[in-house]
Amino acid sequence: MRGEPDVSPEASAVLAAPAPVRAPVSVASAVRRRRMKIWSIRLALVVLWLGSWEVSATYWIDPFFYSKPSSVWQRLVDWFSSGTSQGSIWEQMSVTLQEAAAGFVLGALAGVVLGILLGRSHLLSDICAPFIKAANAVPRIVLAALFVLWFGLGMSSKIATAFVLVFFAVFFNAFQGAREVDRNLVNNARILGASRFQVLTTIVVPSATSWILASLHSAFGFALIGAVVGEFTGADRGLGLLIDRSRSTFDSAGIYAGMIVITVIALLAEWLITALEKRLLKWRPPAASAEAQI
Amino acid sequence: MSEDPVIELRGASKRFRSGSGGVHTAVRDLTMTVARGEFVAVVGPTGCGKSTTLSLVSGLEPPSDGEALVAGRPVDGIPDGIGYMFQNDAVLPWRSVLDNVAAGPRYRGEAKAAAREKARDWVARVGLGGFESYYPHQLSGGMRKRVALAQTLVNEPSILLMDEPFSALDVQTRALMQDELLRLWSGSNAAVIFVTHDLEEAIALADRVLVMTAGPATVKASFDVPLARPRDVEEIRLTAEFLEIYREIWESLKEEVEETRARGAGRVA
Ligand SMILES: Nc1ncnc2c1ncn2[C@@H]1O[C@H](COP(=O)(O)OP(=O)(O)O)[C@@H](O)[C@H]1O
Ligand SMILES: [Mg+2]
Repeated sequence: MRGEPDVSPEASAVLAAPAPVRAPVSVASAVRRRRMKIWSIRLALVVLWLGSWEVSATYWIDPFFYSKPSSVWQRLVDWFSSGTSQGSIWEQMSVTLQEAAAGFVLGALAGVVLGILLGRSHLLSDICAPFIKAANAVPRIVLAALFVLWFGLGMSSKIATAFVLVFFAVFFNAFQGAREVDRNLVNNARILGASRFQVLTTIVVPSATSWILASLHSAFGFALIGAVVGEFTGADRGLGLLIDRSRSTFDSAGIYAGMIVITVIALLAEWLITALEKRLLKWRPPAASAEAQI
Repeated sequence: MSEDPVIELRGASKRFRSGSGGVHTAVRDLTMTVARGEFVAVVGPTGCGKSTTLSLVSGLEPPSDGEALVAGRPVDGIPDGIGYMFQNDAVLPWRSVLDNVAAGPRYRGEAKAAAREKARDWVARVGLGGFESYYPHQLSGGMRKRVALAQTLVNEPSILLMDEPFSALDVQTRALMQDELLRLWSGSNAAVIFVTHDLEEAIALADRVLVMTAGPATVKASFDVPLARPRDVEEIRLTAEFLEIYREIWESLKEEVEETRARGAGRVA
C-alpha cells in the first residue's frame, strides 16, 4: 500500500473487489450473474415452500383439509389427462375464459366511453356524480346472485357480473384521464383546426390511454373474479363450478388445482395486456429505471 | 398601415375570477392594431397580461369588455387563418415529428398522404430533415420548438401569434431560431404578434414594438423599428442604430418592470 492513510487491508479488499465487475467489458456478464442469482433464490424459495408443505402435510397437519403439493399435482395431471367430474377441463376453462373476456371487453368499452364522456362534460359529471358514487358503494359481488335470477345459469349471468366489476375499475381511470388532459394540447389542436370530435379522438383519448391501460391490468383480474364468483353462485359449467364441486366433496386438492389453473390464465392475460401497453405507449420515454439501470 | 388592420383590439378588457373569489383584471382597455404583413412585438413585465392579449385575438377567450376583430369581423370562435405558438410546449408526445406537423392539414380534411407530403416539406424547412420518425421526448428543447413552428406554419396562417416561443432556449439556439423565423416569415405576408419579455429579441425581429404597462395590461407606447430587412439578428444587435432604439424603448419599459418588481416585493414583505 503506497502510503494511503487509514485503510485496513479488509476494507481495501472490499473496496477493490467490485472494480473488475464495473469495467464496461464485463457489464453483460455482471447482469447475467445478477439475474442467475435472483432466479436461483426464487427457485430455492419455491422449493422450500412446497417442500415444507409436503413434509408437514405428510407428518403433522391433516392433508384432508390442507392437501399437499403432490396431490394437487396429481389432480392437475388427472384433469388434463382424463377430464374432471364435470367433463373436459378444456371446456371448463374455455367457458370461464369466454365469460371473463366478454365481461372484460364490454365493461372496459362502457367504462372508457362513459368515463371519457363524463370526464369531458362538467354538466354530465355533476348530474351523475351521486349516482356513480352510490353505485360504486353497492357491494357489487352480491349482484352475482341477482344476475343468476335474472339471466339464468348460463354464461350471460357471469358476463354481467364480470361486466359490473370491470366497468367501475375502468370508468374511474378513464374519467380521471379525460379530466387531466393538458389544456394547452386541446387549445393547440383547436387552433390547428380540430373539431370537437377530432379533439376527442386525437387529444383526449390518447391522453387518457395510459390511465386506461393502467386500469386494464387489474380489470382482467376482476373479470375473472366476476366469472368465477358467478359460477359459484349458480352455473352448469366453468372453473368456478369445478371448484365449488371440489368444495362440496371435501376435495381440497381440487380447490388448489382450480386456483392454479385460474392463476395461470390471469398471468397469461396480464402478459398480453402488458404487450398491448408496450405497443400503444411506445412513444413514451423509457422509464428512468429501465434505461439507466444495468 | 392603419387603413387595413388585420387584427384590431378596441378597448378590450379581460377579467378572471381570482382564486380568492375576487375579480382579477388581466387586460384593461387595450386598443391596438396590426396591419397585414406587419411584425409587431409586444413587450411587458412578466404576468402583465401578454398571453391573455393573444388569447383574445385567437378567440380562445372572449373579451369581457370591448371588441376583438380579425379581418374586420368580431372574433367569435377561432378565426380563419390563425396560427398560435403557445408559451408551453404543445406538441403531441404520442406522435412522431412528421405526424405532429401533419396534424393541422389532417384536421382540415386533407388526405393522409397529402398531409404527410406537406408536413415532410415543412419538417425540412425548419431544419429537421431526417428526424421525421422521432418522438418529441427524443428531441432537444430547440428541436421541439422547431416542430411547433412547423406545425403552426404548415397551415400557412395569415395571422401568427407567438407567445414567448424561444424564451426557454439557450442563447445560441435562440438566435438561430430567430433568424429562421424571419426567413420563414419573409414573403409570407402574415401579420405577426410576437410576445416576449426580452427587449433585444423584440427589436431584432419586429417592425414595431408595443410596450405594455404593468398588469392589468394596456398599451403604454408604440415604437417603430426602422431597421432594414433582411436582418441578421446577431449582427444587428451590435449596430449603433439598434442600441439607440433599445435605449429609447427601455426608458419606457423600465418603469413598468420596476413597478411590477415593487409590487412583487410588497407582496412578499
Ligand atoms: N385563466 C385564468 N384564470 C385566472 N387568472 C388568469 C388566467 N389567465 C391569466 N390569469 C392572470 O392574468 C394575469 C396575466 O396573465 P398572462 O396574460 O399569462 O401574463 P403574461 O403572459 O404577461 O405573463 C396573471 O396575473 C394571471 O394570473
Ligand atoms: Mg405569458
